[in-house]
Amino acid sequence: MKIFQQSFKFLAIVSVLFFSTASFANSSTEGGGQIDTKKEVEDYILHHIQDSHDFSLFSYTSDAGERKHVGFPLPIIIWTSNGLTTFMSSKFHHNDDGHVIVEKNGLKFAKIHSKIYELDATASEVSFDKDHHAENAHKVLDFSITKSVVGVLLIGLLMFFWFSRLARQYKKKAIPTGFSRVLEPLVLYVRDEIARPNIGEKHYRKFTGYLLTVFFFIWILNLLGLTPFGFNVTGQLAVTACLAIFTLIIYTTSGNKDYWMHILWMQDAPWWIRPILAVIELAGTFIIKPFSLLVRLFANISAGHIVVMSLIAIMFTLKESLGVVGATTLSLVLSFFITLIEVLVAFLQAYIFTMLSALFIGMAVAEHDHDHAHDEQGQEIPDAEDVRGDFI
Amino acid sequence: MDKLLNDFSPGLFVVQTILLLLLIFIMVKFAWKPILNSLNEREEGIQGALDAAEKAKREMENLQADNQKLLQEARLEREAMLKEAREMKAQMITDAETQAQTQANKMIEQAQLAINNEKKTAMAELKNHVANLSIEIAEKVVRQELSNKGKQLELVESMLAETTLN
Repeated sequence: MKIFQQSFKFLAIVSVLFFSTASFANSSTEGGGQIDTKKEVEDYILHHIQDSHDFSLFSYTSDAGERKHVGFPLPIIIWTSNGLTTFMSSKFHHNDDGHVIVEKNGLKFAKIHSKIYELDATASEVSFDKDHHAENAHKVLDFSITKSVVGVLLIGLLMFFWFSRLARQYKKKAIPTGFSRVLEPLVLYVRDEIARPNIGEKHYRKFTGYLLTVFFFIWILNLLGLTPFGFNVTGQLAVTACLAIFTLIIYTTSGNKDYWMHILWMQDAPWWIRPILAVIELAGTFIIKPFSLLVRLFANISAGHIVVMSLIAIMFTLKESLGVVGATTLSLVLSFFITLIEVLVAFLQAYIFTMLSALFIGMAVAEHDHDHAHDEQGQEIPDAEDVRGDFI
Repeated sequence: MDKLLNDFSPGLFVVQTILLLLLIFIMVKFAWKPILNSLNEREEGIQGALDAAEKAKREMENLQADNQKLLQEARLEREAMLKEAREMKAQMITDAETQAQTQANKMIEQAQLAINNEKKTAMAELKNHVANLSIEIAEKVVRQELSNKGKQLELVESMLAETTLN
């Protein structure tokens, strides 16, 4: 009962937060805003895939023909030619094509396709060339608390709340109760199925913290992306790149002598082939491995979002050929099953990312020449560690 | 590719790096380290308990085997004692029997001996008596007969014959 009360309290706080900030809801006077045509659907999906500077829950057109956006604005923090500048995203009035100019610190800013541009000193509005690139404005370094950052913060707090509670429970009892009992097997799963077999019994402990953090971070953010709040954090290249680079740094800094010898001067190959192999190995270690990590996660999650949204959009795009009922039914059935698959993909991508990270770390710390047990003829008996070493 | 690069936000990358670093440090310090330590402790505890249970079980088995052995020994001992007692009883009976027999035999022998002795004494006495009687008779006869020589001889002879016959 206590847990129910707690979660109820949590829900209450969240909803109060939402609805109090929802009062910041903005109304913009720009026409349309409704999504009907194929082009609009495409734009909407692409827009969703991008990070956004405000947290919009939904929008509707009021009786007066005004487009109302319900959600809350997020702070924009940018590094401009005049230094750090901050203001709320509500100043852009949900405009995303550079028509609303915000003046701050004596500089003019516009938001075009979810990017903040600083206008040149002389310009008063953005002019576009024929490729729709801004001619008289340039992008600024954007440290804003965007929707993705909100997602990261939210998940970070949630993870801290959940797992520190699990940690505290162990002080009082051997077996956790309530929600922590669900978390414990997940922690054990990552430790026993991902960290231990891939890194090896001797070194796994040191890296398990990172792997656990990354696993739950990706998994929960992937799942959050499936909620109607419309987060797409793990579908941001910057986020996946950051994760991949963390893994790269960890396996590069913890690599042992064997590992570097294997990369730079392959022992088993003829000498003239070794430099060529070194180039290939270096490329594999520093470019291919992190790229495979970052692109796989980014592409899978983005693709999932695009597919689910496209299937939902069948409701509008096929309305004329199938009728309202037909299009809606088709859309619901298809998007339901794809969402089920996406739930699986959410876990799978977190698993694959963590697994591959563990594997790369395991390759870097594997010991190929350690003491072996000897049989009676004095020959070495290969143990499991060797087999693993040969395999990876 | 151009669009992808355009979508890449260096600012978000920096923010994400800082947040992820923070998250990793906080989680390792406040969650993963205590959790993994507790899990390890618990696993070791379970392993220890299992080992202890196994040991106790083996000890119990040993104890039971010992008990069984003791019981077996006690049973054997009891049987041996019973057997011994039975044997002793039989022995005692036979001993008593033989002893009684020998005692009886001895008594019989003694009795016979005594009877014989008595008999002998009686005989001797009788003989003496008879002898005395005979002598007395003889004396009387001799006194009577001595008057008649022929008769005397005849008498002696007949008497002699009689005595030898006896």
